[in-house]
Amino acid sequence: MGKNNLIGGALWEEYSDKVSERMDNPKHRGKITEEEAKELGCDLIIADWGAESCGDAVRLYWAVDPETDIIKLARFKSFGCGTAIASSDVMSELCMGKTVDEAVKITNIDVEHALRDEPDKPSIPPQKMHCSVMAYDVIKKAASIYKGVDMSSFEEDDIVCECARVTLRTIKDVIRINDLKTVEEITNYTKAGAFCKSCIKPGGHEKRKYYLVDILKEVRDEMEKENVKEKAEATDFKSMTVVKRLKLIEDVLDKDIRPMLAGDGGNLEVVDIKEDGEFTDLYIRYMGACMGCPSASTGTLYAIQEYLSQKVDNSIRVKPV
Amino acid sequence: MQRVYLDNNATTIVDPKVKEAMEPFFLRMYGNPNSLHSFGTEIHQPMRVAFDRLYDGINARDDDDIIINGCATEGNNTVLKGIYFDLIREGKRTQIITTQVEHPSAANTARFLEGLGVEIVYLPVNKEGIVDRDILKQHIDPDKTALVSIMWANNETGLIMPIKELAEVAKENGALFHTDAVQAIGKIPVDVQSAPIDFLTMSAHKFHGPKGVGALFIGKCVNLPPLLHGGEQMGNKRAGTVNVPGMIGMGLAMELAVSNLDFEIKEVRRLRDKLEDAILDIKDTIVVGRRDIRTPNTILASFKGIEGEAFIWDLNKQGIAASTGSACASESLMANPTFVAMCISDELAHTGIRFSLSRFTTEEEIDYTINAIKDTVNRLRAISSSY
Repeated sequence: MGKNNLIGGALWEEYSDKVSERMDNPKHRGKITEEEAKELGCDLIIADWGAESCGDAVRLYWAVDPETDIIKLARFKSFGCGTAIASSDVMSELCMGKTVDEAVKITNIDVEHALRDEPDKPSIPPQKMHCSVMAYDVIKKAASIYKGVDMSSFEEDDIVCECARVTLRTIKDVIRINDLKTVEEITNYTKAGAFCKSCIKPGGHEKRKYYLVDILKEVRDEMEKENVKEKAEATDFKSMTVVKRLKLIEDVLDKDIRPMLAGDGGNLEVVDIKEDGEFTDLYIRYMGACMGCPSASTGTLYAIQEYLSQKVDNSIRVKPV
Repeated sequence: MQRVYLDNNATTIVDPKVKEAMEPFFLRMYGNPNSLHSFGTEIHQPMRVAFDRLYDGINARDDDDIIINGCATEGNNTVLKGIYFDLIREGKRTQIITTQVEHPSAANTARFLEGLGVEIVYLPVNKEGIVDRDILKQHIDPDKTALVSIMWANNETGLIMPIKELAEVAKENGALFHTDAVQAIGKIPVDVQSAPIDFLTMSAHKFHGPKGVGALFIGKCVNLPPLLHGGEQMGNKRAGTVNVPGMIGMGLAMELAVSNLDFEIKEVRRLRDKLEDAILDIKDTIVVGRRDIRTPNTILASFKGIEGEAFIWDLNKQGIAASTGSACASESLMANPTFVAMCISDELAHTGIRFSLSRFTTEEEIDYTINAIKDTVNRLRAISSSY
């Protein structure tokens, strides 16, 4: 939230000048005729994507040199909003001079970047990002027609969020590695779901194969099961995973040690955990009143060491950094 | 560049006479009407005049209440949530009936109550886009229905609901009846005695009054708890110091709206029809809803092959303000529920353009708009992949 959201109606104000210019006067609009393609010594490819009833439809025309696979001319027609028209125009421009294989690598993110006035300022508001996805999809369609293959052969991985191009693999990994618990966290880490929001849950602008809510639930369930299994299997501290060892240590810190430090206005955080022969070295950083407290390197430190040896494992050595 | 305002269902220009009537209440007569001293009491007479104008405007009885509030959204919230607190939570009656084509201020309030466990029925519309008495009869429950809430005229299409018949069905079944008359006031006659209406909401800025002030009619003998609790203003039915300049402005705006009804029904309609005929002269266009059952100022048109946001973009470049219900133009990208409920065609949800006139619209503006529409259609259809 913030001032802009409170005023509302900012959609058009968030378009870059380039979006506006291309909407007003798209350079590559219109069709390529058979004759035009022939004159260039090219094959004519016409690809359609989307449908009027879905709110977006684009038709891409390519004149491709069959000798070199180079797209010599590209034009478009579009049923869509300002962003869709501007995106299609830039996309046509980006295709020209590239081989079909190179063109397939153009993504909606390239299209959006090409429409920016300043490198760091988005050219369109987040909810319009999906319009640029159309421009990307139709390239794949055109390439599949030219090559006589199925469109899916251009997709290396399952894409969950088309706007930010985030794969299923990435989302699953990021949930596991960072122990994410909410869809908002996934969006913060990956940008998936930050734009048109269709991939967050069913019922959005577009129907999707995968939804973040389902992926999150599935991965969390898997993690829960693994956790139970792991707990059941590992009882020896030194053979536990780092995550599990840290968890045990953090539990004791939270339960026994931090409340004690907090009484004096202090705290600590775990910086690292390292193996050193038969010892487990736990590196900590003091915070608040503990910083600079004389007892932090003597009495307090011994007390922490003692608690952890007794309650977790006697191989632990606590080292302040 | 010429500018033409054809988005009067969104908001309207304040009538200069209304602005003038409000002026003394900023620098001179700025007292709080609830104060006992002369600064307060000198406001009472102008407030009485404003009340008289509002009561006369909708033909309310002296013992009915017209509560001055902030907007129609507040009015709709007050009614729906009040019924929840007063009747539904007490378990007396448990269901609210509304429609699939209500304004978000009623629809989203109903949805909120649904989240609290209230049974909400969203009535569909018939082929003409109207909620008729048969549809209501099929769904109303004489034991359960606490409230029937149906808009008088639709904001997107201008289609007028048969309020008299609907209110009678509600009454026959022991339910209270509420109508959101925001799009009806100043466009068609609105008479609370013409039908058994318990609650009616309105908003000043839709009939050439100022923004930030509205009114809620509550029929005599009907109890409704306040939405805003606090001081004793509005007979304990709506706390908060009344927006005095706003209320004075709304009173005069109502009087002017009613006295201009004839002009609205004849002259505004003539210009509307002229614009509509010109739109229909263009190939592959449709206009939603029969003219005789629409407010005289509204056109919802669809131009095949042209997405709505692109259309209003081009019109805006030519200084013309219209609106679109296209999903692409909404911040949420969701299709306008009225369009979905109308289900005239899937494309309509993406191509619908609304032109709404007012008594300030001129013939010259309509002529300019007709030409601009033709240019826009030519340009965008030339780019279109689906035309």
